[in-house]
Amino acid sequence: MKQKLSIGIILVGLVALLFAFKSGLFKSSGDEYADQKLPKVVDYNFHIKPILSDNCYTCHGPDANKRKAGLRLDLEKEALSELPENPGKYAIVAGKPSNSLLYQHVVSDDPKQLMPPPDSQLALNSYEKKLLKKWIEQGAKFDKHWAFIPPKKAELPTSERTDWAQNEIDAFIMEKLEENDLAPSEKAGQHTLIRRMALDLTGLPPNADQVQRYLSNSSVDILELAIDEFLASPTYGERMTQVWLDVARYADSHGYQDDSYRSMWPWRDWVIHAFNNNMPYDEFLRVQLAGDLMPNASKEQILATGFNRNHPITQEGGVIQEEYQSYYVVDRTNTLGKGILGLTLECAKCHDHKYDQLSQRDYYEIYSFFNNVDEKGLRMDAVQAANQKYFADAPFMTITDEETQGVLSFINKDEGKDVKVMVMNDSMPRTTYIFNRGEYDSPGEEVTPNAPEIILPFSENLPKNRLGLAQWVTDENNPLTARVFVNRIWGMLFGNGLVETSEDFGVQGSLPSHPQLLDWIAKDFMEHDWDIKYLLKKIMLSATYQQSSIATEESKKVDPDNKWLSRAPRFRMSGEIIRDYVLATSGLLNKEIGGPSVKPYQPPGLWEETNAGGNRGVLTTYVADEGDKLYRRSLYTLWKRTLPPPSMSIFDAPNRDICEVRRQKTNTPLQALALQNDVQMLEAARVLAENTITDTKDAEQWVTTVFQRILVRNPKEEEKKVLEEYYTDALDKFLNDKENAEKLIAQGEYKRLDTDPAKTAALMLTAQVIYNLDETITKE
Amino acid sequence: MEEDKTNSENPLKVNRRHFFSQLSVGIGSLALGSLLIPDLFKGGPKPLASQPLGIPHFAPKAKRVIYLFQSGAPSQLESFDYKPTLTKRMGEDLPESIRNGQRLTGMTAGQDKFPLMPSAAKFAQHGKSGAWVSEFFPHIAKIADEICIVRSMHTEAINHDPAITFFQTGSQQSGRPSMGSWMSYGLGSENQNLPSFVVLTSRGKGNSQGLYSKLWSSGFLDSKHQGVLLRSGKDPVLYLNDPDGISRSDKRHLLDHVSSLNKIHHVETGDDEIESRIAQYEMAYRMQMSVPDVMDIKKEPESIIKLYGEDSQVPGTYAANCLQARRLAENGVRFIQLYHQGWDQHGNLPNEMAGQAKDVDQASAALILDLKQRGMLEDTLVIWGGEFGRTNYCQGNFDPKNYGRDHHPRAFSIWMAGGGIKPGITYGETDEFGYNIVKNPVHINDFHATIMNNLGLDHEQLIYKYQGRRFRLTDVAGNVVKDILT
Repeated sequence: MKQKLSIGIILVGLVALLFAFKSGLFKSSGDEYADQKLPKVVDYNFHIKPILSDNCYTCHGPDANKRKAGLRLDLEKEALSELPENPGKYAIVAGKPSNSLLYQHVVSDDPKQLMPPPDSQLALNSYEKKLLKKWIEQGAKFDKHWAFIPPKKAELPTSERTDWAQNEIDAFIMEKLEENDLAPSEKAGQHTLIRRMALDLTGLPPNADQVQRYLSNSSVDILELAIDEFLASPTYGERMTQVWLDVARYADSHGYQDDSYRSMWPWRDWVIHAFNNNMPYDEFLRVQLAGDLMPNASKEQILATGFNRNHPITQEGGVIQEEYQSYYVVDRTNTLGKGILGLTLECAKCHDHKYDQLSQRDYYEIYSFFNNVDEKGLRMDAVQAANQKYFADAPFMTITDEETQGVLSFINKDEGKDVKVMVMNDSMPRTTYIFNRGEYDSPGEEVTPNAPEIILPFSENLPKNRLGLAQWVTDENNPLTARVFVNRIWGMLFGNGLVETSEDFGVQGSLPSHPQLLDWIAKDFMEHDWDIKYLLKKIMLSATYQQSSIATEESKKVDPDNKWLSRAPRFRMSGEIIRDYVLATSGLLNKEIGGPSVKPYQPPGLWEETNAGGNRGVLTTYVADEGDKLYRRSLYTLWKRTLPPPSMSIFDAPNRDICEVRRQKTNTPLQALALQNDVQMLEAARVLAENTITDTKDAEQWVTTVFQRILVRNPKEEEKKVLEEYYTDALDKFLNDKENAEKLIAQGEYKRLDTDPAKTAALMLTAQVIYNLDETITKE
Repeated sequence: MEEDKTNSENPLKVNRRHFFSQLSVGIGSLALGSLLIPDLFKGGPKPLASQPLGIPHFAPKAKRVIYLFQSGAPSQLESFDYKPTLTKRMGEDLPESIRNGQRLTGMTAGQDKFPLMPSAAKFAQHGKSGAWVSEFFPHIAKIADEICIVRSMHTEAINHDPAITFFQTGSQQSGRPSMGSWMSYGLGSENQNLPSFVVLTSRGKGNSQGLYSKLWSSGFLDSKHQGVLLRSGKDPVLYLNDPDGISRSDKRHLLDHVSSLNKIHHVETGDDEIESRIAQYEMAYRMQMSVPDVMDIKKEPESIIKLYGEDSQVPGTYAANCLQARRLAENGVRFIQLYHQGWDQHGNLPNEMAGQAKDVDQASAALILDLKQRGMLEDTLVIWGGEFGRTNYCQGNFDPKNYGRDHHPRAFSIWMAGGGIKPGITYGETDEFGYNIVKNPVHINDFHATIMNNLGLDHEQLIYKYQGRRFRLTDVAGNVVKDILT
């Protein structure tokens, strides 16, 4: 007992110690940092600025209101000047750490002198202190923030190993691998690659015919042919759109408390169309930001601007118009920041940015571009809107049959029914003020449209409206736009971007793991006219992408997070891809493209339990669709912001209230339950079993066939043995228990085929075993 | 030591190891029992899960929170803030000096008069403490000496969505983690078989406002801290029930095969995430038993049903949820969030509010008494309140029998009990009109700081860095309200 108690105390102690470490209590003790090797040349952007930003900028950074002692450390000139409150003294004296008060305060033993102050919870570790010292010794050179310097193509690094690289990308990857004493993995098997490419480019597994053709063709460029075929498939546009919907905070409801229906889906159809037509990314952005302002704007260009009307709109009677109108403009501003420029602009809404060189003025200058829309904070409450079947708030455009038969033929609209879609206009010019503390009812100085000079000066030749902004965003000299996009594409394929914080390229964001590679790809992308299909193909043809994802003990030890890419990533697919995968492999998938969003299965009662009352708008009760509408791809599932489809949110989908560019990849028991018991999963297993029994005469082949259908490969002997044993057990059970067999196979609306119930039930459960495998829901 | 640790702290781990060691023998030999944890529902404190963050900053007074959120904003003037002046000056226009620039919602901004309206409910003093409670809440009046009424809450928001979002996440705009998620993040879980943060909803007959999943979202924190909505139907957790035609042992058999194939693949790929997947499947399997067991209120004795009222036997009611909250608290759930909709009385207030109060009065008081008789009140913090208050003037037609009140952010009342809160006190004061706070204001940030304090968390230290910024539930403000602590 006593022994147990003391063990308990030791354990609590250990856990507490771990906690103390995590919370940084021992950050300055130094021991664990003592061995870290200092770089030969200390780089301001990569070594010094992260330290200054994280520890010092709160009081000595860009925010003028919070600055202490007049010291500003983010600008070279000011950091090196005489201290205003300490004449004759300097924070930094190039070459002389002993005369640099910054360094002296950082290493001080006196708690009154120590910086950062102990009560800030911040502290530098011994390695960081040494870095600072060396940097000052080497001349304390400053540089512009790395992401604000336009990308350039660096010379390709060379390696002694010549048998691996397949294109330029690999040269950069190899350089870092060698620096970290790692070697690349061998090429993945052809099966794996074809499945990987299909998932990446179409969000679906390859079909049996494709697999067969690619595997039987031994030509050297077969993978390239496969990529081309996937890129040419209309499912490519759906896949890319799925990702863009998070960025664009797309939903089929208005959000806020009543959260009633809106008809934005024609905008979504346009996105699919744009991706499938391989619209260059710069044009894709320009039309979404300012299509309505283009000379002789076409209906299509106007429709694209729905992008900036996807934000939530309140229908709560009693709100103050100006307050909400300003929320909408704020949302557009923040979306431009996070989704397109990779900047946390919102930090400058209430005060100067504490880390990035963005002032509150910069924020409201961008804000003013979006502040001229002829919109209201509240047009109608949900009840009025529902009564009038009013699903779009002005400004909107009306799409008629005539247009869908002509210029807007990509919109999948029911004939005879006009659809209204919210779009942008500039027909209500407003004066923009800096809002003190970000509050709409506290206007300060007046501002006019402009873009932050630190990123790229806004040319005099550009119109001072959204069209000018769109041109500024897509200017080849804009250092952010291309980098941010290629980084997100990289993240889509590899699980993580080269800059892990794909939403933040600012000073507090993470640094690129391969800065030269990021720049090379970004530049190359622009040189190829922002061609998205080209970009994808380029990356996918690299040896880096085509590596095996098998992790050896050695590579896990040296590179546990796979930062250096000595192997391909292996990660769980999104909720949408998982559902689509199951629909496709079972044969249920309805391939129709576009159109109004649909309502597949959803556990009953979810909307009813949380709505604002049965009469508030049209999305208060959930009535699932019928027939083949149940089996559309997941990007067509109706998205209600206050209660998004649970089979998506359980797999980390955001609620789409705001722009999001990165999803978590969690692994939870709720996911395990959804995969086992969602009626969609069960029905798919049942239908796959029925189809297999009907199509495959040889019963011995059933288990193997189901396995092949789901995993796009042949089972190994060991796997086959486990599954066949399972099938036999299950069949024995159901042969003696027809009643439960009948109950089990009653899952889902899809018509039963005339197959033996016991065999169907047994094979259905076998399919369920396979659908629940980690491999099935993972891109390998 | 190693053995002891795994047994006491992470039964799952030892079971999994056990499970794998049996794989080579053959999956058939794997017994169902070895994967289950004994004493699953023993109740009482269990060792903390071994998460680095799962340790309070200082000695906590409360181990868990039950938050009885009254969605829609119940009027303080008909509940806990007694204002005889309103009776004396009934019908007079609210003096401009009192309104003092307060912005109005679009619903009353157009009114040319703001006639003062007294409470239709009578007030009396209760308990040794002499707390004023209206006749709408007879049961709560009886526990006046157990609770601390705060009459000086205030907020900036004047519309439901931002106001409720502020209360639940510390910010008026979407995107921040819910307070339950923060607590789960800061304190970890006490029970490996149940989520640490759960949500229960119910609805009264009064005018109601919607609820949103963002209110229990984990925001930028790991999704495992997300609130899990527990529902009254046959599927208390989404997808919890196996389909018809499958028995528990069938499911066990299926999972064993899933696991053995996953294990083979783990060896091939070297990806340890597969091990984690197997563990999650086992947790899901255990939840399939632990959740319905906790949710099954049929096991409660007659005396308890009497205490909470007959409604407690009707699934989905507030009373049933209160009873369930106690059962969840007993089983180590860290943060239990209830919402009762229907408190938005812009009109017909006397009738509607009486009905709403009837829904919640007995069960709210019963929860306090029940926790107390089990010795759990001292370490369970219970909170009762809405997202803002209501105006002292009438909305719409002036009719003392059938009036309405608009939203009022400057002063409103909530109450708290147990978990380190001083019982039998009334804190804070409003002016004679019940419009402005004249003593001891408590902002939402202060409220959050106080709750965290009682859970042993320093609100300035529980920090999460996201997008380069260090976030707190209390953002950059908040002071612990020391006067109401035991």
